[in-house]
Parts: sequence; structure tokens; C-alpha cells
Amino acid sequence: MTQLSQKHLLGIKDITEKDIQLIFDTADTFKEVINRPIKKVPSLRDITIANVFFENSTRTRLSFELAEKRLSADVINFSASSSSVKKGETLLDTVNNILSMKVDMLVMRHASPGAPHFLSRHIDANIVNAGDGTHEHPTQALLDSYSIREKLGDVAGKKVAIIGDILHSRVAISNIFALQKQGAEVMVCGPNTLLPKHIASLGVKVELDVRKALEWCDVANVLRIQLERQQIKYFPSLREYSLYYGINLKLLESLDKEIVIMHPGPINRGVELASDVADSRHAIILDQVQNGVAIRMAVLYLLASQPGA
Amino acid sequence: MQKRLILNPELLSITVNRLCHQLIENHNNFENTVLVGLQPRGTYLLDLIVDHLKDLAGVEVTHGYLDTTFYRDDFRRRDTPVKASETKINFIVENKKVVLIDDVLFTGRSVRAAMDALLAYGRPEKVELLVLIDRRYSRDLPLAANYVGKRVNTMASQKVMVQLDPSKQNKVWLVNEE
Repeated sequence: MTQLSQKHLLGIKDITEKDIQLIFDTADTFKEVINRPIKKVPSLRDITIANVFFENSTRTRLSFELAEKRLSADVINFSASSSSVKKGETLLDTVNNILSMKVDMLVMRHASPGAPHFLSRHIDANIVNAGDGTHEHPTQALLDSYSIREKLGDVAGKKVAIIGDILHSRVAISNIFALQKQGAEVMVCGPNTLLPKHIASLGVKVELDVRKALEWCDVANVLRIQLERQQIKYFPSLREYSLYYGINLKLLESLDKEIVIMHPGPINRGVELASDVADSRHAIILDQVQNGVAIRMAVLYLLASQPGA
Repeated sequence: MQKRLILNPELLSITVNRLCHQLIENHNNFENTVLVGLQPRGTYLLDLIVDHLKDLAGVEVTHGYLDTTFYRDDFRRRDTPVKASETKINFIVENKKVVLIDDVLFTGRSVRAAMDALLAYGRPEKVELLVLIDRRYSRDLPLAANYVGKRVNTMASQKVMVQLDPSKQNKVWLVNEE
């Protein structure tokens, strides 16, 4: 197979296991490209991509922008905080205005779940979802799986625990879909208040004790506590959360095996992850960031290469 | 589908032998020369030549594989996208003599893409092209090969099928598509 089954990358839920493998194989070749003395290929030289961010981001936006530039695409950036959205323009109007300037692809982040899905029904350009509210963040899940594959050789058959604020996490949902499609076992772990009520219906194990989760898993993907999305108190204090759910080196070394620690960033050091873990050999956090560029290059390249796109 | 054998195993090995001697003639002990096979099928010919040069002259030639997918000029213009292969070049070509190696020279577009891709690894002193089969009168670009195994006259509708496989016999056919 040489092309994706979808015109857009809206979520992991919509793509197949074969799509994921194609993206990984393509990312392998791009990973070689970004480690060359000249880190650029001319593939997308006649493509214009708009990065439309209605919500703040540093890592994802930089990573996408770098991926686009490494592919020689023309890039325009848009952030809602400094735009006419503040004057009351609707989402569809804003996007149609951007597209009428002959833009071929959109990379979009929005605070409302389903915003890119809504747009995909109204516009022709390829859309890459860079995070929609608490719904999906497909490229993050792809780079997480890709990093696991790189570190452990394969994703199938591995046990992955997602630990922390599952309730507000699009990374968790996309990761669950991605890992299950590749044949991994998934567990979610966190305080009861931060676990969605029906999460077990997705076929994941649920665990409240972080120690038990770590004893079970090969890989722990530790999520950030998203204080900005929490309108009410879900736990008494950050200190108490860190006491019960924070992962430190002492805890890791008391296990009788070595596990891989991942984090999608930004890390709240001393809350979900102690500094001695984040900087240790267990953590592959910076590998994840590097793989992010290769994965995003692969996604953009494959979407743009579709005939008639 | 009609197939006509244009190189049998014996002839093909004589041809590869001649190409290797021509390379030795021009590049001596390969001190400043690197061989680069074009993915996907040029790499089989490259491996054959590298092995043969070792037997002939006792030299271990620096070589690598180059994938040109991201440099092609038909991106978004093909019916089915091309899948990228692995690039394996762990040297810099700055001031080196480079011999690009491919199985068939047809329109010349892959070679153009390869020259573009090669520049990501430095500025070579000289670039040469070696092909097993040169399809005459079918070039879209002003390109010619320095070393040619066999020149054949073909029609655009025909295909050249090269089988270079250590587990089978090496053969080349000219195929008429119905």
C-alpha cells in the first residue's frame, strides 16, 4: 500500500492499522532525512500549508512548522489570540478566508471537540487535526507509538499504562485507539475523579494504584495535569496528587524490571513526574520530540501525495 | 504479454565484468570514488558490481543506496504515489567522484532527481552515470550515461524487465504490454 485510506487526519479512530504502518515506514525515511547535513527535501515545494491554532501550543506548532519547512512547503501561521476571531468571525468564515488565498492544507488546533470534523464537511483542503479539545490528538499518538516501536522493536503485545489526567486528555484517547489497533494492551491509571465514567467500555484496564500499574506495564505514558481545563477541583491539592500519583526514581527502582517512561510535554516537574525520572535513562521524552517532526513530515507528505488532492 | 530475452545469464555476467573493467580503467584504486545505487532496483546492480570489483581488483569500494522519492518531479501527478525506500549513505560526497548506478535509463527523470538528492550530501567533484540498459530515443531530458551495459531500441509502450536476484538467474527481458 502506498497511500492513506483517508483524505484528512482527523483522528486515530478513522484510520486503519495499515495506514499507521505506512506512516511509520515513511517516517523512517524522513528520520534519515532530518539527520542529514542538509535536512530538507523539495517534495512539497508547490504546497501551501496554514497552521491555524485557536488554542495555545508551543511544541506541536513548532514541530508542525519544522516538518512543513523540511518538506519545502510554504507556511503561514495563524493564532486566534491576535486575529479577527476576537471580533466575532465564525470558524467557517475564518477558514474560508484563509483558503481563498489558495492554501492547500490546514493544520488545526481548536478547543472544541469535533471542530476539524465539522470543517472537513465544508472545505476541500486536507485537514490535519493538531488537537481538538478533549477529543483527539492523532499525531501525538502516532509519535508515541513510533517511539515505543523504536525503543522496544514492536508495539504489538506490549503493555502500556497511561497515567494521570485521563478525563481531560486527547492524548489518552488517541493513544488508546492507536495502541489497540497495533495490538498492544492498554491500562489507564489515575484518581477516580480524573477517569471518564465509561472508559472501560473502550476495552482498557482501569487501575487506581499507580504502583500496581507500573508493575504491570512495559511502558508508562505519563500525562500532565491539565489545570487549565479543570473548572472544578478534582483532587485536594497538587501536593497530594504528587504524593499519590507522582512518579519518582525511588518508585521506579523498587520495581523488579525496567520500564520506559514517556510524557507528551509540557512536564510539570515535581507533580506527575519527578526531575530525577524526567532526566533519567528511563525517559524517552526528548526522543518523542524528535520523532514528532519525522511523523508529522510523513503525515503531511502522505496526505499531499494523494492524486487529485 | 510477450517477453523477449535480451540478456541471458552468461551475457549479463560478461557485461557486468566489462563495466567493472571500465570503472577500474577510469577510477584506478577507487581512492576518491564512491558508488551510489539508486533505490529501488539500482541497488541490486550496485551490489553485484561491488562484489565483482572486490574479486577483480581486491578493492573495497565505498558505496551507498540513494532514494529519490522526495525529489521526483511527478509528485501529486501520478495515479498512485511512490513508496519511499531507505537511503543508506554514511559518507559525505564533498570533492568525491560519484558514480550513480541504476538498472535502466529511460526518460532520465530519476537520474535528474538523483542528482538533486545527491547534493544533500555535499558538492561532488564529478558525477558519472552507469546503467545496465540504455533505452535509446526515449529521453525527456538532456542526459547520457558514461557506462552502458547494453543499448536497446524500444517503444514507449514496451517495458524492460531486469531480474537481478542472487537466488535466481540474472536475466533481462523486453516486454510488450498488450
